[in-house]
Amino acid sequence: MTTRIDTRFAELKRQGRSAFVTFLMAGDPDPATALEIITALPKAGADIIEIGMPFTDPMADGPSIQAAGLRALKAGMTLKKTLAMVGEFRKGDNATPLVLMGYYNPIYIYGVDKFLVDAKSAGVDGLIIVDLPPEEDAELCLPAMKAGLNFIRLATPTTDDRRLPAVLANTSGFVYYVSITGITGSASADTAVVGEAVARIKRHTKLPVCVGFGIRTPEAARGIAETADGAVVGTALVDALAGSLDAEGKATAKTVRAVADLVSALAQGVRGAKQAAE
Amino acid sequence: MNPNLPNSFRSGPDDTGHFGNFGGRFVAETLMPLILELEKAYAAAKADPAFHAEMNGYLKHYVGRPSPLYFAERLTGHLGGAKIYFKREELNHTGSHKVNNVLGQIMVARRMGKKRIIAETGAGQHGVATATLCARFGLECIVYMGAVDVARQAPNVFRMETLGARVIPVQSGTRTLKDAMNEALRDWVTNVHDTFYCIGTVAGPHPYPMMVRDFQSIIGVETRAQMQEAEGRLPDSLVACIGGGSNAIGLFHPFLDDPGVEIFGVEAAGHGLTQLHAASIAGGRAGVLHGNRTYLLMDDDGQIQDAHSISAGLDYPGIGPEHSWLYETKRVTYLSATDDEALAAFQLLSRQEGIIPALETAHAIAKVMELAPKRPRDHLMVVNLSGRGDKDIPQVAEILKGQKI
Repeated sequence: MTTRIDTRFAELKRQGRSAFVTFLMAGDPDPATALEIITALPKAGADIIEIGMPFTDPMADGPSIQAAGLRALKAGMTLKKTLAMVGEFRKGDNATPLVLMGYYNPIYIYGVDKFLVDAKSAGVDGLIIVDLPPEEDAELCLPAMKAGLNFIRLATPTTDDRRLPAVLANTSGFVYYVSITGITGSASADTAVVGEAVARIKRHTKLPVCVGFGIRTPEAARGIAETADGAVVGTALVDALAGSLDAEGKATAKTVRAVADLVSALAQGVRGAKQAAE
Repeated sequence: MNPNLPNSFRSGPDDTGHFGNFGGRFVAETLMPLILELEKAYAAAKADPAFHAEMNGYLKHYVGRPSPLYFAERLTGHLGGAKIYFKREELNHTGSHKVNNVLGQIMVARRMGKKRIIAETGAGQHGVATATLCARFGLECIVYMGAVDVARQAPNVFRMETLGARVIPVQSGTRTLKDAMNEALRDWVTNVHDTFYCIGTVAGPHPYPMMVRDFQSIIGVETRAQMQEAEGRLPDSLVACIGGGSNAIGLFHPFLDDPGVEIFGVEAAGHGLTQLHAASIAGGRAGVLHGNRTYLLMDDDGQIQDAHSISAGLDYPGIGPEHSWLYETKRVTYLSATDDEALAAFQLLSRQEGIIPALETAHAIAKVMELAPKRPRDHLMVVNLSGRGDKDIPQVAEILKGQKI
């Protein structure tokens, strides 16, 4: 099985650079603006797009992404509409990998089998589900693999060498290394420490390793991209989006531009990185 | 005989933390290694006689156990049916059953070498118990409490601060117990290396529902012996209120395999089951939140809904996973009481027995008022008097202001 994610990493390897991965919340600040933003991302320099599935109780997320989820829910976003948005995006872009990221309950309630069929046909390539560790693989990970979707696992500073094989066993697409113990947007990643962690994970797997949580600036993105196969930025983009809204939290003429401009700057940072030694 | 019924209702959870389809370990990877470490540490403690000896010493001399099993003679006469006994958990140090669990967890935390304790609290009873034992053992204590609950449970906030705990009002989401739990989980993910999360009820990822139940089961174990002594036999029925369900499972668990004992759990019906309420079993469905699969209040998109109860301790949109399983296997009957019914019971018990119950506990009393009159005079009914109502006096005074009491 080869997904758009596998194809994209193979291309980037030929180009000799790391991936820039963006995260934004589906339906934030409203479904129409969110689609416009996501459509603008590849041109601005995003290599892989993560789309958050809004949830009322995101226990691994900091205040920025919590607020993004609540804005989306208030604007009427649902999992069904998130899948429809992916379908719309795919009408104009059949190459950029799309990964849905979120929590299990909305998928469980949608129905796992139905969700996998609908996600695949909408054009989703992978899933990152924060509250499904390997101990719960039977719930969604194994069915997702069977359905042809990558199940991308989070590895963290607390995932030691003894546990890594279990975490990597059913992981595909790439490994998402969470660079800090903490919630999204809470602290800055230390490039040297992250470099060692990425090297440690790479001793256990041939999969690309992307790093997220705690990357906010083009400089930080460049630093991470020099040691990892990809740098993920979420909170900084969500903050740029939030900063462009009016007093009622509604989109303004500046909203799409605010996000796209920051994505361009961050993408420049990633593209300026020296390629990590293999 | 239903072939799907288990041989025993007391053997759960399985090795992966499941009670039937419920329970499990739905947490972020950052927490998973620690949860596995906790599972091992608890198993070792459970098998260590020295752990139990030390705990029993504190239960007796610090908590004040055993709590009495008291014959509520005036309430029995007033209701004119079943003979009603109270298991007096409100007489424990700190004023509720919560201390049984906190003592156990703090002792496990000490064995694991953890110096920083975090907890979530709704009514503040679990927060007070945690602050108390942290003071006793010289541990740092941080309690997350929804900002709405901070306002309606002011006496308990002051108690926690007096005991040296830091109370952090939670402003996210609905600013009640569920959000306090989210925020405690966020703290835990951030400070996983030195922090022990002392969960207040039989919920969360495995091994918490099992561990908390084990620590609370002393309620039912004592009740069995005390009822044998008082009446020479087992009770005919048990009644307890349920938010997450720790006082209830503590009373119920030792009786689950006695088919002659009818068991009733009472959820909070708030303004009524067709309006805002906190009855996860009566008005919810199975889903995944806070580390476990269980009955939850949610909408059709799987978004968690706001719970409402007059009682901050029951104001939670979920219930412990073992209760979900006991509901589906039909071993326990789940009822619900509204805010108004609980308020009436609060007043009745105060007047009839000279015991001011916590608003949480008043929900159980409200259903006793319905169940007891329909049962014969030789029927023995045990109610878990899970907490005392001192903390609720300002709130109830505000509600009843202007009404003729």
